[in-house]
Amino acid sequence: MCRLFSITSKDPLSPMVAIRALDVMKEGHDGSGVGLFMTDLGGDFEQFRGGPILSGIFSNSGIKALDRYMMDMDFMTKYKLSFRPTKSPPAGTPRRDNYLIRVYEYPPDWENLPEEEVQRRLMQCRLQLREMGERDSSMMVFSFWPDVIMIKEVGDPTAVADYLGLNRKELQARTILAQGRQNTNYAISIYACHPFFIQGMATMTNGENTAFVPIREFLMSRNEPGYSGYQSDSEVFTHILHYTLRHLHLDLETYKHIITPLKDGELANHPNGPWLRMLKQSCRPLIIDGPNCVMGCLPDKTLFMVQDSKKLRPGVVGGNPGMFAFSSEMCGLDAAIPARDKSRDFQPMKYDTVFVGPERQEVGQWSQMDSLSRLH
Amino acid sequence: MEPDGQLKPSTLSTTDIPWQILWSKKKCCLCGRCTAVCPVQAIELGVHRERMLQVKLGLTEKPGNLFGVYHGIRQRTDVAHACIGCGMCDMVCPNHAIVPMHNDEPDKLRFHINQGGIPRRRGGRRNAPGSVLDEIKFVRISMLTDPALDAGRHEFELRTLLGRILPPEEALRVTREGGWLPPVREIYPLILGSMSFGALSPTMWEGLQMGVAYLNEELGMPVRFCTGEGGCPPRLLRSRFMKYIILQIASGYFGWDEITHALPEMKEDPCAIEIKYGQGAKPGDGGLLMWYKVNKLIAAIRGVPVGVNLPSPPTHQTKYSIEEAVAKMIQSMSMAWGFRVPVYPKISATSTALAVLNNLTRNPYAAALAMDGEDGGTGAAYNVSMNHMGHPIASIVRDAYLNLVKIGKQNEVPIFAGGGIGKNGNLAANSAALIMLGASGVQVGKYIMQATAGCLGSERDRCNICNIGLCPKGITSQDPRIYRRLDPEKVAERLVEVVVSFDTELKKIVAPLGRSTSLPIGMSDAIGIANKDAAERLGIRHVL
Repeated sequence: MCRLFSITSKDPLSPMVAIRALDVMKEGHDGSGVGLFMTDLGGDFEQFRGGPILSGIFSNSGIKALDRYMMDMDFMTKYKLSFRPTKSPPAGTPRRDNYLIRVYEYPPDWENLPEEEVQRRLMQCRLQLREMGERDSSMMVFSFWPDVIMIKEVGDPTAVADYLGLNRKELQARTILAQGRQNTNYAISIYACHPFFIQGMATMTNGENTAFVPIREFLMSRNEPGYSGYQSDSEVFTHILHYTLRHLHLDLETYKHIITPLKDGELANHPNGPWLRMLKQSCRPLIIDGPNCVMGCLPDKTLFMVQDSKKLRPGVVGGNPGMFAFSSEMCGLDAAIPARDKSRDFQPMKYDTVFVGPERQEVGQWSQMDSLSRLH
Repeated sequence: MEPDGQLKPSTLSTTDIPWQILWSKKKCCLCGRCTAVCPVQAIELGVHRERMLQVKLGLTEKPGNLFGVYHGIRQRTDVAHACIGCGMCDMVCPNHAIVPMHNDEPDKLRFHINQGGIPRRRGGRRNAPGSVLDEIKFVRISMLTDPALDAGRHEFELRTLLGRILPPEEALRVTREGGWLPPVREIYPLILGSMSFGALSPTMWEGLQMGVAYLNEELGMPVRFCTGEGGCPPRLLRSRFMKYIILQIASGYFGWDEITHALPEMKEDPCAIEIKYGQGAKPGDGGLLMWYKVNKLIAAIRGVPVGVNLPSPPTHQTKYSIEEAVAKMIQSMSMAWGFRVPVYPKISATSTALAVLNNLTRNPYAAALAMDGEDGGTGAAYNVSMNHMGHPIASIVRDAYLNLVKIGKQNEVPIFAGGGIGKNGNLAANSAALIMLGASGVQVGKYIMQATAGCLGSERDRCNICNIGLCPKGITSQDPRIYRRLDPEKVAERLVEVVVSFDTELKKIVAPLGRSTSLPIGMSDAIGIANKDAAERLGIRHVL
């Protein structure tokens, strides 16, 4: 079972905080992958809030292809942070030429575009680069979005972090998602490393989504180019979230109702029963199954966690105003925020959605049995 | 040489017919029950000549013969009275002195069942015991990565939807604007039917209705029953149990006068309306209720004279195009119930099914598509239609589902599959396989008759005389002397047992696959088959 850790803090943190938390939960991951999602950036990246940041791994020829592509698109590099490791990679980690984080300036002719169009084009660029890279394995692109950095690699989280020098001061963020992967029944592919990202939102999961194939078929038939990839069955959680927010214009509270709807008897007594029944029926192919704990981050930097409908995976949230963390195991939370009121730690159960908003003052909680907080 | 009477082209010996009666003189007590019960009078009292050797002691007198007679059974071999293998003789015999045995030689009877120039008609289903559904295995077993669920202890949501489901964006918009949301029923994925009142005896129908009511009201299992084309008894039409019924309208419109008149008095809307355009047993041919079964009661419900054949036309005669047949008819039926009842067509599985499906996807009133494969059963059809016409259900369901996936409407028009499900007793496995190929639910008739009332029919052509009203179990007979053999209470009990055990088996299939929160519609990664061509055709895993 993979281990998940995410943290949100008013002051920027080094990703090493998350890596250390994963390290104490080490028995839960097998070195088949580590993934980091960082947003609300601090360090050197804070000054470039508006510009899109490209994160990925590139071969030397891949860098050249990237440069050509970006120049053709009229993007201009504003800042970059590249890791070109010189020492030998840790066991299980392949040798790569370049780990790249680059901040770009938008092409001048994008200036007056509506925000939605800018976002669509950013996603399109990421998908095109990914496709180009897949042809000759020269590029792996994880995200291309303002104020977002993603790092993924195969290997033990701590060893990979040391290897890449993730403790450097330039690299800091207020919101971090991290996953140590326990490879299950899919090939060790870096694109199968969590977290998964699409248009400013990311999720990661431990578990296995047994309803993967019908969900994938449904998402892929939504006419949304971003719903692609699917090297992991967990990628659909990110895309369902995106579909909920961007296509259905619903909120996080309904996300839980979509992936794990209430049963018929429960809906019969629910104050929003008829509406939820309609949602359940029309989103039936998006119902997840199997044991899954999902943690994610919304574009407004809200962190959240939800469980599958039987609550078959562990997960806990705790912290203090200004800093909260979500963790697969209590020990991960203890490692990151030892000084906290543990009596206020909360382990969400099958009906719950827990979240910490961008103000980072408290842990919010919704139960599916409650009335919806706003009418849809 | 003349054997026993005149030798004619259709004169047959017992070796020439499929079933031969083995009778033991020693065990027979000459009670006559077997000859009385035989539905086709294949056996009769026989007076046989007997020779006994008489050997006296000593050498003075030579051994001689003593001739006498004995009484027993004679098997008739003419076409009309050939044994059907039902085995009722054995069932009633106090000493089990008699039993029909299947001939290991292909029979010659088949060349002669067209006396008077009338081809063979029969009930049952295609005489081919195999089924590709039985070959499908469930291979994606949850192991350590996502531990298998507990079929006995975990909660399962094994419901399906019958009705037009709007895509999420549209459903939200319509709800926001207070528009019309098409009616959707949350039902159990096993639908019983379509077996008409007329095809089935009153006791059989009553038993099934009682069982359905019990399943719904006592066990909370929303099992639905489709009437078939034969209308519905007036009291049921006006009862609260109507909500468990799917009313079928077919090309003969039998029973619809009664239904239309009952409309203002209905306490509950029916679950749905099924418009039958075809069925798997006799695709492209209309329904058939033979005159033997059209008694006063059936005639009254159907609004026809007594004792006439009731062949429904192959198509709805007033509808000359797909717009007429599908769009207008669905709309008319929807309108009759104020757009509160889902209306869907049922067709024979056919290579042209995708054209129908594509048409339905563009018709906002079409609630589903039911397809009946070549192995579907019937109460009466021409043998040639049953054995040779039609399309297998597995590939057509898969094609239809993938076609919907392609256009993104896999959740909008549910597919219901029928025809040969549970043919070899594997009801839950066959149903689950079809659901994972893309069906939202299954329709089952023949299995229900076999399991709830002891129907004797088989795909080795046993019995299969549903059409002439002589069903030895009273399941498809309209003769009170016969159908009183069937106790409706017992049928109801058996139906409950069948559905409850189906439910357990379905859980035993989905739990190891790690599925419990929704019916695994289209979960094609869970299934595999050893036949490579079948795997490729169905787009599932090839396993050896």
